[in-house]
Amino acid sequence: MTGLSIENLSMRFELPNGDHVQALQNVSLDLKAGELLSVLGPSGCGKTTLLNIVAGFLAPTSGKLVLNGHEIKGPDAERGMVFQQGALFEWMSVRENVGFGPSMKGTPKAEKNKTVNHLLDVVGLQDFKEKAVYELSGGMQQRVALARCLANDPDVILMDEPLGALDALTREKMQSLVLKLWKETGKTIILITHSVEEALLLGERLIVMAPRPGRIHKEYRLPFADLGVNADLREVKKHPDFGPRREEILNMIWDMEEEIMGGKEDAA
Amino acid sequence: MIPLLIYVAIFIAAFFIVTKVVQGAGIGDYTSLKTVTFGDESAVRPNRAAGIISILTIFLMWGVFTGSNLLPGFLHAPGPFEGTTTFTYTAEADGQTDDATVTVVVHPREVETEAPEVDPGDGFAKNDSAAIAQWRSGLIRVDRNDELGRDAGATVVAINGEAIAPGDTVAVEGGAVTLSDRGTPNFEPTKGWQMEPLYLPAPEAVWIRSIEVVSAGFRNFTLLEHLGYSLFRVIAGFLIGALVGIPLGYAMGLSDWFRGWFDPIVEFMRPVPPLALIPLVIIWAGIGEAGKIILLFLAALWIMAIAARSGVSGVKISKVHAAYSLGASKWQIMRHVIIPNSLPEIFTGARVAMGVCWGTVVAAELVAAEQGAGMMIMTASKFQNTDIVIMGIILIGVIGFGIDMLMRWAERLLVPWKGKG
Repeated sequence: MTGLSIENLSMRFELPNGDHVQALQNVSLDLKAGELLSVLGPSGCGKTTLLNIVAGFLAPTSGKLVLNGHEIKGPDAERGMVFQQGALFEWMSVRENVGFGPSMKGTPKAEKNKTVNHLLDVVGLQDFKEKAVYELSGGMQQRVALARCLANDPDVILMDEPLGALDALTREKMQSLVLKLWKETGKTIILITHSVEEALLLGERLIVMAPRPGRIHKEYRLPFADLGVNADLREVKKHPDFGPRREEILNMIWDMEEEIMGGKEDAA
Repeated sequence: MIPLLIYVAIFIAAFFIVTKVVQGAGIGDYTSLKTVTFGDESAVRPNRAAGIISILTIFLMWGVFTGSNLLPGFLHAPGPFEGTTTFTYTAEADGQTDDATVTVVVHPREVETEAPEVDPGDGFAKNDSAAIAQWRSGLIRVDRNDELGRDAGATVVAINGEAIAPGDTVAVEGGAVTLSDRGTPNFEPTKGWQMEPLYLPAPEAVWIRSIEVVSAGFRNFTLLEHLGYSLFRVIAGFLIGALVGIPLGYAMGLSDWFRGWFDPIVEFMRPVPPLALIPLVIIWAGIGEAGKIILLFLAALWIMAIAARSGVSGVKISKVHAAYSLGASKWQIMRHVIIPNSLPEIFTGARVAMGVCWGTVVAAELVAAEQGAGMMIMTASKFQNTDIVIMGIILIGVIGFGIDMLMRWAERLLVPWKGKG
């Protein structure tokens, strides 16, 4: 079978002071190939832990992850990751960054150059390919990160707040780009974000996670991503369902945040 | 005190002339509002004019207070008295007094001068003469040629008609006369405000001596050989230190066993100043090249190991994760992520290490060496060749500065991504 299946995933961190944190408890999720899942939740709900486990950077305490029929054990090029910021290699040019994956695999030069050039065209950075990455703006750097991830042709793309550090305008442009790339490449994407709007706009499916212990609180199937693929995202936001959904989810997260703050006050 | 006041005056005058008059008032940007610049060195850029004037001022002051030929005479600080002066003394013996004249020739130290012949004159006190070098003083046994000398009970009671007792001083033309405890006049020529060449030679004297040392050499080695030996030791010690220290630092950054094993050693050795190791190194390896290179190796080793260690452990985990998820193997991550990421730190360490090595080699040569910049100035100081000492200090400073500039340049060229991560 194709797709990603997460079964009864739990993650428990032992703290040096003898305490422990239940970052994830019995999280189960099935993701079909080509789905775009956005993950929302208050701070500390285990979103990033979930992503790191899927990426293979963390081994779960218990549970099983199966991708395309084989179990996930450690990081692999089949699961690419796009970080918020600062994960580009500043000692390499834009072209070298994008070509990093193919270079590591030993892809022949001609083929690698073709892939890199194609992706630079897609993300609109052809003119900047010989620049150092630190000479680019934040939005351009995230385009490089996207292109670098795609150059490896992964089955699943994991995005950890990739647009979190960008200004509103750049962010909107990048959201369109992510949707476009998703449709064109048909990749499975898991997107973690703090922005409810972004989660609604980009997520074909959306899960809201709750903290202490980290678990899936609610799941939605949304029409907005499909609507937004070739449309102005601002038009999508005018959809009659968009506003109410946003309010509903915002309230949900707001309540959870309040609960956390209250809990902290009790502890203190 | 006076030089300091003049220096401050030049500083203030230059400030007002350059900033208010020449560079013009009214070109106000907001840099002047940055009164607090802690942690932001770049907020204030050095004023180029101030830098140039500062260097010129140092040479000007040097010239003024050494009577340099490079400066027109009116700029010189008052120099020491030179020439012939006279004073009279009054001797008293058996109730009678007599005056006699003392002629003193004050001459530069390097010019041998005989006391002039003088007419003895009349009376029981005879005229005297003496030759005294500048910046020195001399007892003048005025009674030696007198008919009634000290042994006959004659005493000097006045200089130039001014009464004087042992221990008193009377100012005379071109100097001052002090009566010693035993009643002999001691003439001290006026020193002026200039420095004696023994303490501070004029700039041109240093320059002339430098050329001499370049062509003729000093202590069996030419100047270039002295400096070359020092540089060779620094480079050899630094390279061996880097060659051992960098892999050691990498191992410490990557393996907890290495970290645990070497941390106590490195952390103990790091605060030990390399200068403190000189005696032990001399005991173990003697004063030859081996000892020097071992010392510099030890000076560079810990700095390079710590720089490499922090370069490795400073890598952002997201970069390593990104490389893993792009399919890189452990070795590829080492080669393409960890090493390039640590290079800026290593360069910073190398700059520090080169500076420390240069300082250490000079100190080691001061202690014991056959040749080298430090040995040159130490030996010169023993023979009071102050000009060579000053030349040596200037060259050591220039070379140290040059090394740092070279390292900065290499850093810009080789690790342009420094601080951009």
